[in-house]
Amino acid sequence: MNLDGETNLKRKQSLQITSSLTNDQSFQKFKALIKCEDPNDKLYSFIGTMYFNGVQYPLSPQQILLRDSKLRNTQYVYGIVIFTGHDTKVMQNAMDPPSKRSNVERRMDKIIYLLFTILVVIASIGSIFFGIKTKGEMSEGNYMWYLRPDKSSIFFDPRRAGLAAFCHFLTSLMLYGCLIPISLYISIEIVKVLQSTFINQDQKMYCEESDKPARARTSNLNEELGQVHTILSDKTGTLTCNSMEFVKCSIGGVAYGSGSTEAEKSYRKDKEINYFELKPLSSGFNGYERLVKGFNFYDDRLMNGQWVKEPHSETVQMFFRVLAICHTAIPVVESKSVSYEAESPDEAAFVTTARELGFEFFQRTQMSISLHEFDLKIGRKVIRTYKLLNILEFSSARKRMSVIVRTEEDELLLFCKGADGVIFEKLSKDGQVFEAETKCHINEYSEAGLRTLAVAYRKLTEEEYRIWNEEFLAAKSSVNADHDMIVDEAAEKIEKDLILLGATGVEDRLQKGVPECINKLAEAGIKIWILTGDKLETAVNIGFACHLLRKEMKNIVIKLDTPEISVLKDGDKEAIKMAINERIANQIREAQSQVSSSKGSSVSFALIIDGNSLAYALSSGLENSFLDLAVDCASVICCRISPKQKALVTRLVKRRTRKTTLAIGDGANDVGMLQEADIGVGISGVEGMQAVMSSDFAIAQFRFLERLLLVHGHWCYRRIAAMICYFFYKNLAFGFTLFWFEAHALFSAQPAYNDWYISFYNVAFTSLPVMALGVFDKDVSSAICLKFPSLHQDGIRNIFFSWPRILGWMLNGIITATIIYYFTTNAILDQAFRSDGRVAGSELLGATMYTCVVWAVNCQLALYLSYFTWIQHLLIWGSIFFWYIFLVIYGFFPPTISTTAYRVFLEACVSSPLYWLSSLFIVVAALLPYFSYLTFQTMFFPKYHHSIQRAKTGDS
Amino acid sequence: MEMEGGSTSGSVGEGAQVTRQFSPARSRAFYRFTQQNLPACKPVLTPGCVITIFLLMGIVLTPVGLVCLRASESVVEIVNRYDIECIPVPYRSNKVAYIRDSSISKNCTLKIKVENRMKAPIYIYYELDNYYQNHRRYVKSRSDKQLRHGLEYKDTSSCKPEEKSNGLPIVPCGLIAWSLFNDSYSFIHDTVEMKVNRKNISWKSDREHKFGKNVYPFNFQNGTLIGGGKLNPKVPLSEQEDLIVWMRAAALPKFRKLYGVIEENLEANEVIEVRVANNYNTYSFGGKKKLVLTTSNWLGGKNNFLGIAYMATGSLCIVISILFALIHVKNPRPHGDPTYLSWNRKSNAS
Repeated sequence: MNLDGETNLKRKQSLQITSSLTNDQSFQKFKALIKCEDPNDKLYSFIGTMYFNGVQYPLSPQQILLRDSKLRNTQYVYGIVIFTGHDTKVMQNAMDPPSKRSNVERRMDKIIYLLFTILVVIASIGSIFFGIKTKGEMSEGNYMWYLRPDKSSIFFDPRRAGLAAFCHFLTSLMLYGCLIPISLYISIEIVKVLQSTFINQDQKMYCEESDKPARARTSNLNEELGQVHTILSDKTGTLTCNSMEFVKCSIGGVAYGSGSTEAEKSYRKDKEINYFELKPLSSGFNGYERLVKGFNFYDDRLMNGQWVKEPHSETVQMFFRVLAICHTAIPVVESKSVSYEAESPDEAAFVTTARELGFEFFQRTQMSISLHEFDLKIGRKVIRTYKLLNILEFSSARKRMSVIVRTEEDELLLFCKGADGVIFEKLSKDGQVFEAETKCHINEYSEAGLRTLAVAYRKLTEEEYRIWNEEFLAAKSSVNADHDMIVDEAAEKIEKDLILLGATGVEDRLQKGVPECINKLAEAGIKIWILTGDKLETAVNIGFACHLLRKEMKNIVIKLDTPEISVLKDGDKEAIKMAINERIANQIREAQSQVSSSKGSSVSFALIIDGNSLAYALSSGLENSFLDLAVDCASVICCRISPKQKALVTRLVKRRTRKTTLAIGDGANDVGMLQEADIGVGISGVEGMQAVMSSDFAIAQFRFLERLLLVHGHWCYRRIAAMICYFFYKNLAFGFTLFWFEAHALFSAQPAYNDWYISFYNVAFTSLPVMALGVFDKDVSSAICLKFPSLHQDGIRNIFFSWPRILGWMLNGIITATIIYYFTTNAILDQAFRSDGRVAGSELLGATMYTCVVWAVNCQLALYLSYFTWIQHLLIWGSIFFWYIFLVIYGFFPPTISTTAYRVFLEACVSSPLYWLSSLFIVVAALLPYFSYLTFQTMFFPKYHHSIQRAKTGDS
Repeated sequence: MEMEGGSTSGSVGEGAQVTRQFSPARSRAFYRFTQQNLPACKPVLTPGCVITIFLLMGIVLTPVGLVCLRASESVVEIVNRYDIECIPVPYRSNKVAYIRDSSISKNCTLKIKVENRMKAPIYIYYELDNYYQNHRRYVKSRSDKQLRHGLEYKDTSSCKPEEKSNGLPIVPCGLIAWSLFNDSYSFIHDTVEMKVNRKNISWKSDREHKFGKNVYPFNFQNGTLIGGGKLNPKVPLSEQEDLIVWMRAAALPKFRKLYGVIEENLEANEVIEVRVANNYNTYSFGGKKKLVLTTSNWLGGKNNFLGIAYMATGSLCIVISILFALIHVKNPRPHGDPTYLSWNRKSNAS
């Protein structure tokens, strides 16, 4: 069942009382009543009771199969449907997927408004002038008799000039409709889909191990990738593999295991530059090849049965017995080898380790666990079966689990493993022999970034067990709301007077390439926050391991369990709250002064805060100062944080910084965060698909984020921004030629061009090249993007889509239009157009001007492009060529269809040197202002990407 | 203009080779396409290349401009405004009344002195100013179908307000035809009337395809208000070249239209007498009428604009290239020096 993000097995059991119902017939007379809670969204709790034969049986999550569950290791089940449809817990958890739009698109909307304003303004100006002129048609000395003003329709009636002006306004809205680029939306959609295809196809974001390529699940956030300012990352499964590896252990006060961890390597890397000497570490150690998943433990004293020779071999034996028995894993026997399916990867690592060291767990029944193990007395491997009496399950409150077994020797044993703090409290006097050493080792391990658990056991007497068991069974079958607590209390009664055996160190391995990736992202100026549910120490360890925290950074830690607060615990709740709030505020203020005092120096800060403090820091009074502080710090780690808080933090960061946030995570607990962030990236790794389903992009490993942001993000952002700017440019360039012409035609809304020219402008002659820009343009190659991560700053600062740039492009469009109109009219009008004395009428002016517009906007695009493949060449020059083709074909239509375009090209233009010379000149002149500006800027005030481009040419 | 120069190195083999199994050639090209790795040329504006581009543009544009200017200068053009001159002095205070009064003879004589030798063919144009042939109401008021098919085509609603008169359709209908220009000129050289060729002054496609061969003027200028010239009802529209020329709407309020061609040379200092029938009313809207005699060459008529503009742009490009070169020599910037990067500067300053 992959609903909660985990694909690990969940053990589900029927009630003992119903387990005898194994065939269809047995249900014929089955009659029971189930009372249960109302539908809710809590996946991990279920309260219900079954009344059967007058007896109440409590129902727990153990008996509940959630919707979408998959059966494993059993053929079929009989069941009762409790909730259906929207009442199921799964559906109750579903949120409406948020609709996300990118910054660029939101700004584009504003530009559309701006364009619409321009349209209305132009139309109104035209209408006002038209009204005045029309009124003047009848006046003395300006009586335009050839227009028959005395006999005109309402559209031109000088006696009702106001009405005529209004009608003209509507006409102009149609005429200048091309200013509003409707095709822009369509083009952008197409371009984005193609961009997404490129992301999906990228071989360098393809994970071979899991056979998963990157996937852009939404296409409308591509350009947002290039503007990411803050990354909020989950830890487990995102930065780390979530496959635990058993690295070290301490048994009876002796430390075993000599593998080294990522965090240690990272330390070493910081200290020594000649780190490469230590290289063999990663590939293997002491000649043992690392072949077993979850097992990275090397110590000659224990391996290959050598543990027998250790001085306290019985402790060692007991230690591994605990690992092999105290768990809920299920063995999967395939021919000779045994593998395990466990609820948590830690457990799998333990059982695997026990197997590797000679305690092979191979069979589990309802009542027993069987091991192959080495018998000290007989001196060879034997099969031993332990009768499983009780399992006291792990819960986050208890932080430990125990099993009670009866050995073949009829001994009653309780095996327990759990968090070190909890176990140490429950040791008997005799059991504390190794406590000091073990504690010391545990500290070492957790410093090295390992997850630690303490292992202990105790022997029970028959009497003691019998009494407790009755109590425990009673507690288990109680039906009130405190059921869990009662069971926990009962369990606690037997988990005492433990004898400490040792401790384990399990490494949560970092994913491949994570430190390098984080380094690059940090160089790109992206802030990275880690939001994790882990302990503060673990989170800090991982922070160091993945280079998020560095030795030279100053760490600011904000947490609650400082002494003053623990003193306050006795007061009433309100007072405590106030005091805590005050305390957090102080800590934040101190930190802020610390940060501001060292501004300008090269010291960077890291903020580490735990979940409880965060709850206060995010309360309304403090959130602003907290976020200001957080924004000033280079990296932020929030630990012990709940999924809801993750979403909350994301929302606040998004609101406060007003910059693009990206959340990345892999589990169901990250869903809120992914949906809240501007971009949600799901890791489609070992965990389930829940995060991926609610994400906008899915990648197989964290390290691909680097390429996704720095390469694809950069490209997509630049492309889309340029494309939109260019679109406005080309439409204004076209629209304003219409305006200038209309201005010279008494503002009578007479178009300069044939109607079909106007209709085809956005469709045929200018649409494809702009798509080439949007899909294929590359200012720099991917290698350069990765080599100079600071190129990403372009996106964060939004320099390609800033208002000056947008307005600049619009201005460029207007300049182009003005140049084209005035130069064309001056060059070809009045005098003979050709050597045979024919003059150019409006049809020739239209064709010539249109030729210039098509050339100018397409060449403008060519000027802008920095990457020419045959596709660009084909589309740009093809579009221009197509204009001529169109003109020829259209000219062959009968004159009633083609009207002014009839044979205009073949008859008049082709043979006129004036036509060719003036279109050549006008295109050059129309592009010259932009080109001069561009060259001036690249030569004397280059932007970063210009320099990079040039640097690259210098190299090659 | 396309930017040339710079690096044209294809970014081939930028990264790892094909990981999946691809069959050669086509799929390899497709692979490079999906990896956005097609061979490409990447123009980069290096200072050297910028200076070269501007210099080249200057070198190309200036001579072209010179050639155009020479061509334009070689055209001999005589422009003679006659709309005021042709009104007898007593009527000059009220020109509109004069032109409307059909009882007064509208003939007048102009003397034109040929300054330079004009080689045949000499084109005769009339030039109107402040005449909005491009007004939408005017442009729309015609029926291409009627011009082609004549009375067969009944729907003349597009010709409003000149679609019918006396209840009968007008051929050719519409404002454009109705306002046909009707001044006429005859040229006398040494008391001999010069031959003016009034044929073949319109576009061939108009004559052959837009104006019907069997369409004769009908009910034309029969209304209460007479606009411009009349047409001979015996001659089909396809041969009424004055009308055909007039019906090609001009683009701007100032325009020329071809009247005829003089097929003989005019020597310098010769004086020709032009008899003008000054019928057309431009006085009520303050328009000007001019008579233009001009020769023509490969570039068409006389217009210095293109030549001058070419030369101006060309020299501007040269100036810019010299300017850039000077600045670059004085203050060279090494390639890709990171200290010049925009925010390195900013962050250093802050």
